[in-house]
Amino acid sequence: MALKRKDILGLRDMTQEEIVKILDTAETMKHILKQNNKKTRHLQGKSIVNLFYENSTRTRLSFELASKYMSASSANISASSSSVAKGESLIDTCRTIERMGADVIVIRHPMSGAAHIAARHVNTSIINAGDGMNEHPTQALLDLFTIRETKDTIEGLKVAIIGDIYHSRVARSNIWGLSKMGAKVAVAGPSTLLPIELDKTGTKVYQSVEEAVDGADVVMLLRLQKERQQKGLLPSLREYSQIYGLNMERLKLAKKDVLLLHPGPINRGVEITSDVADGIHSQIQEQVTNGVAVRMALLYLITRQRGQHDASLY
Amino acid sequence: MLLCISNGNIINGKGGVFLGKDILIEKDRIVEIGTNLSKNVHRVIDATDMWVIPGLIDAHCHLREPGFEYKEDIVSGTRSAAAGGFTSVACMPNTEPAIDNAAMVQYIKLKSASEGKVRVYPIAAITQGRKGKHIAEMGEMKKAGAVALSDDGDPVSDANVMRLALEYAKQFGLLIISHCEDKSLVADGVMNEGYVSTILGLKGITRAAEEVMVARDVILSEITEAPIHIAHVSTAGAVDIIRHAKSRGIPVTCETAPHYFSATDEWVENYDTNAKVNPPLRTQRDVEAIKEGLRDGTIDIIATDHAPHHIDEKEVEFNLAANGISGFETAFSLSYTHLVDTGLLSLEELVAKLSTTPAQILGIPGGVLDIGLPADITIVDTKREYIVNRDKFYSKGKNTPFHGKKLKGKVIYTIVGGKVVYDKEVLT
Repeated sequence: MALKRKDILGLRDMTQEEIVKILDTAETMKHILKQNNKKTRHLQGKSIVNLFYENSTRTRLSFELASKYMSASSANISASSSSVAKGESLIDTCRTIERMGADVIVIRHPMSGAAHIAARHVNTSIINAGDGMNEHPTQALLDLFTIRETKDTIEGLKVAIIGDIYHSRVARSNIWGLSKMGAKVAVAGPSTLLPIELDKTGTKVYQSVEEAVDGADVVMLLRLQKERQQKGLLPSLREYSQIYGLNMERLKLAKKDVLLLHPGPINRGVEITSDVADGIHSQIQEQVTNGVAVRMALLYLITRQRGQHDASLY
Repeated sequence: MLLCISNGNIINGKGGVFLGKDILIEKDRIVEIGTNLSKNVHRVIDATDMWVIPGLIDAHCHLREPGFEYKEDIVSGTRSAAAGGFTSVACMPNTEPAIDNAAMVQYIKLKSASEGKVRVYPIAAITQGRKGKHIAEMGEMKKAGAVALSDDGDPVSDANVMRLALEYAKQFGLLIISHCEDKSLVADGVMNEGYVSTILGLKGITRAAEEVMVARDVILSEITEAPIHIAHVSTAGAVDIIRHAKSRGIPVTCETAPHYFSATDEWVENYDTNAKVNPPLRTQRDVEAIKEGLRDGTIDIIATDHAPHHIDEKEVEFNLAANGISGFETAFSLSYTHLVDTGLLSLEELVAKLSTTPAQILGIPGGVLDIGLPADITIVDTKREYIVNRDKFYSKGKNTPFHGKKLKGKVIYTIVGGKVVYDKEVLT
């Protein structure tokens, strides 16, 4: 079984069946991660290039380690230290990487749709590692994985996503992924940071954190970027943390066994208090581990379906 | 040289419809309209089952010369216009350098007279360098041949500059065409703000960015009693504001472009940069309001806003892509398909919107077929269906979201001053 697609661009166009396939494969990968010897040959002979136009710690490192654990040849390019700085276009850059033999290009880009445009112009598989405000599918998949691992199922759960929904690709991918898996999604944040007509996706939109968190099985926090205040979307970070920050008192409105997630990096004292971030409900650290497993699964599935018959190694 | 357009159905642009009549053209003028005029002429164009209408007139296009000849130039742009059935076009001054002085106006006039396939009327800048700060030498530009003024592409953001421009232009009888866009409300938006921008994660442009400035400009028009023409109306709210202004007797006219009644923001799906245009494609509700505005006369004319771009400016990230649609060669067909074939307008009404009224608003010849007038004539086959193929565009700009779409109603001949410039769908 493989994914019948060339690229992983987002969860909006993915089916529940595909998501389940990825999560199931990631379970196997997590076993490998826990082994003493983390080397497998799943991607032997494959070439993975990480093309990052934005800074990243978790996503980039987890893709790189996922490639290495599975014996792929991998390389990293940063926009700042490549021909991109000389003005090379995204499409030209991707074509260049393709002609060097890359099987997969993992793209992180500050503009929405960048991965889609790249995917239209090369035959190499593209994995979207975050495009502007649009999607961050691998993050949402690791969130789904963590939820399923903790709660056994995703269907029927109430998941509250709190914070800057407007600018968040993590929120968008999770909204698509969670609703496809049968969860009920509620979001809350200041109205200047909520996208218009979001309710049309089936998401419940609240302006109070309390309402969104009430009875939630999962609470997912988003990082509040400090430039939102500079651009005038918020009066102050202090007021934000007072009204929208997640503290113990607000978390108590959720179910007793609530699962707390955050894609990182955390702004302690802004969107979340430290006692919550480090408390018993938090699986923030486990998310990081699961991120490697999910990316191993994606790299494996996306390279297998391209007609390269080395499946016997699996 | 005698040319006869034989057995066509004629719409003369002043209320007359004549079925199965001939038009006789001698040199550059119409000399007779009647029957059996095809004897002893040099050429007969058989217009049986076709409509013979006044040559189309575009009040808003970008020919890109000088400065951006890689996108379009006067030769390619007027060839494209001819293929679209346009016999006269008014070109915007957002060139490099800008058309903001008499010498530049004359340059466009001379260049287009010697190289152009169709008549070109320059629209000059409202402000020096199109910077929105200081009004340009309007009197001299008028003398040189400017037919209107606009900083199109950019708004005149300073309300007092706009007020002064309206007052100053009025004394020369020059019309101001306003590109209404409050840049502070646009912020860094790249498409219409709505459900589609939300799900694509693209920053939205609120309708208020257009409507706030439309409201400002009709108020300034009222206070100065100077006529104003609102360019490329795209929102339901803007139509309402203009309808209200007209009911108060404010001398406002306006245009929309074919894409604002033929496409919606859903066309941006999958980040199609060919659907990136400014103002942005709106929603179905806006499309319906634009159509109603066309029907009830609030929207006076249809202009193409022909905005050709090089492919390299479109095959990039959506945020980086240039705004604009190459519009000459689909304008008539889109209008016919969405307005006439649907029963919203009669063909006569469409001819008024695409020819007669634009001529009146700009104060230029054309828009009417009559004895003694220049033979600027377009012949269309309204039964003809075809698939838009941008690779066959005469424009350098292949940037259209309508590629591959099936449309009805096609331009077959374009005649400028008695000369057949587009002949059975081929440029001559």
